[in-house]
Amino acid sequence: MSSQPILFKNARLIDPAGDREERGGVLVRDGFIQAVGPQVAEAADAQVIDCGGQVLSPGLIDMRAFIGEPGGPYRETLKSAGEAAAAGGVTTVVSMPDTSPALDDPAVIDFIVRRARDTSIVNICPAAALTKGLEGQEMVEIGRLKEAGAIAFTDGARSLTNAQVMRRALTYARDFDALIIHHVEDPDLVGQGVMNEGEFASRLGLPGIPREAETVMLERDIRLVRLTGGRYHAAMISCADSAEIMRRAKQDVLPVTCGVSINHLALNENDIGDYRTFLKLSPPLRHEDDRQAMIEALADGTIDVIVSDHNPQDVENKRLPFAEAADGAVGLETLLSAALRLVHSDRISLPKLLRALSTKPAEILGLPGGRLAVGAPADLIVFDPDAPYVLDKRQLKSLSKNTPFDEARLEGRVSTTMVAGRVVFQHDTM
Amino acid sequence: MTDAPRSVFPHRHLLGIEGLSPLDIQALLDLADQQVEVSRQIEKSKSSLRGRTQINLFFEASTRTQSSFEIAGKRLGADVMNMQVGSSSVKKGETLIDTAVTLNAMRPDIIVVRHHAAGAVHLLAQKVDCSVVNAGDGAHEHPTQALLDALTIRRNKGRIEGLTVAICGDILHSRVARSNMILLAAMGARVRLVAPSTLLPPGIARLGFETFTSMKEGLKDADIVMMLRLQRERMNGSFVPSVKEYFRFYGLDQEKLAFAKPDALVMHPGPMNRGVEISSDVADGPQSLIREQVEMGVAVRMAVLEALASHLPNR
Repeated sequence: MSSQPILFKNARLIDPAGDREERGGVLVRDGFIQAVGPQVAEAADAQVIDCGGQVLSPGLIDMRAFIGEPGGPYRETLKSAGEAAAAGGVTTVVSMPDTSPALDDPAVIDFIVRRARDTSIVNICPAAALTKGLEGQEMVEIGRLKEAGAIAFTDGARSLTNAQVMRRALTYARDFDALIIHHVEDPDLVGQGVMNEGEFASRLGLPGIPREAETVMLERDIRLVRLTGGRYHAAMISCADSAEIMRRAKQDVLPVTCGVSINHLALNENDIGDYRTFLKLSPPLRHEDDRQAMIEALADGTIDVIVSDHNPQDVENKRLPFAEAADGAVGLETLLSAALRLVHSDRISLPKLLRALSTKPAEILGLPGGRLAVGAPADLIVFDPDAPYVLDKRQLKSLSKNTPFDEARLEGRVSTTMVAGRVVFQHDTM
Repeated sequence: MTDAPRSVFPHRHLLGIEGLSPLDIQALLDLADQQVEVSRQIEKSKSSLRGRTQINLFFEASTRTQSSFEIAGKRLGADVMNMQVGSSSVKKGETLIDTAVTLNAMRPDIIVVRHHAAGAVHLLAQKVDCSVVNAGDGAHEHPTQALLDALTIRRNKGRIEGLTVAICGDILHSRVARSNMILLAAMGARVRLVAPSTLLPPGIARLGFETFTSMKEGLKDADIVMMLRLQRERMNGSFVPSVKEYFRFYGLDQEKLAFAKPDALVMHPGPMNRGVEISSDVADGPQSLIREQVEMGVAVRMAVLEALASHLPNR
């Protein structure tokens, strides 16, 4: 099946995989990049997209998004998540297994894969549960689930407290070269806590979550990785000490990687301000010093990937007293714009930022994308990194509007998103 | 048949394969070959253990091993007594020793012991004056099983040396695997261990055994595929995720057996979980030695009892 080729021309090409930046174009045919570089010959039959000097890069790969399907379609469906992702320049979404039923059975993974293929305009790669029913007691059928299409194994928003179960899961997963992603937040240390422990929480009269809830769990996991050799990814770290733990683990050449959520790069606990529940997150927003440490760890490569941690919550779950509100914020559509703040404030170069948003996730997940190279899948985005706008949450395509960036001034906006050679999103004004 | 020559076997007890020399093993297998002939006669009885008392002391339920020892003893003319000890009443080491001392006072000649704790049979052997045979202690050893497996292999392949034997499944918890690993390595076979990493004993590769986590690689060019039983309580997410998944990746079916040599033979110590570690068509198929193993079990136990009897006092 051959479709009309598409030529992107007059673009600022950024290939984060090769740390390459140049002016040129990309020719896409049959879902793959057929040519890329400063001199891409115009194919006679090609549809031409003039990028007008904007950046053309691989599409973003978001390793952490919660989608309400099955079980909570009012929060988000595979379809609405796909539309939100495309608008944000995310071409591949790793969906979390915290659904109802949980994604712990090959048949359910198979359902998600098929349903996403039919309804979503971006690639959805389901992560399966790590334990049955996300209950933290019995490991899932890692081999069969991987065959069914599970890209990784995680208990999603839950931490696995039983170290024995984690040890065995890491051991078993190694035989299948399966990746275990873990939310590092010890629920016992979290206790009743709802925000970062410290001065600000005390002032608000809210119970705090110590950084140790994260570091104790992360430290434990690293030791279990050392014992078992399993491939491990800490879903999100949020504080300076965690970055230090990861730094040491990487020096010891352990098979470990980690992510940070865009919220922990862009915001700190003070943004909670007057009990804004859209900023109630897990892990909680930390002190400004921690945010700075996250940016440094990202810049020096200690943190591998940035995730949206997209977690749609409806009004009923958020319009509550802070302590009673659900955790989570939507983020697929604002991921790139919010991340570009780091580029605009000269904290990280654009290619390096895109590396954490596409190339590294692709490497960790074993996906073929994340690079501008001949033969790579044509999952591409065109964006103007400087285009200013004020976010209006009503414009979000996500079914839930719980964004922490409502009315925020952002710079950088996606104009075109292509998935598998098909243009799935174009910004109206273009 | 003549009785076995004296002192063919220079040990008072059979507590494990560990500690036996290749010559010891060979002597037992040679003797067992003779016992196979005895067992195949109409008149199956011998008199080498006449007047001797054999106690089968089983702290852990077992049908086949206990009956195999019972038949073996009876065919040799011994008075065999079975003692089933409820495992609840013997949880303390003290009770085990008390039991041993009590039994010892009844002046048995041979005690056959199975116990759920590794090392329990050794402990008991220190407290009695008679010969002790280990019929399985925890996840430690099951020497007569390894001997019967070796006998079965030798009779079918004509040798043990140089064969590639893949032991597959729950090696971590298996005394059968441990005894077989030691015996087969001592007799010059290449021993491979094939299991998910959760069922491989930590550090086992450093003991000189090749380990594999994929059946395809582990079974490649194997002469013998030895399957192990997976206990039910280990199937549901603790060591392996499920029966379905275990069978899919580690259960021996025709497809996986095809990775081994075309003339590979299949063994299983029993009792089998059909559809868990082995498919029925393989278990009952032409490459299966599983039923023959049971027959060899009686012969090997006769050989062991007879060899030990040659060291008993008053001989």
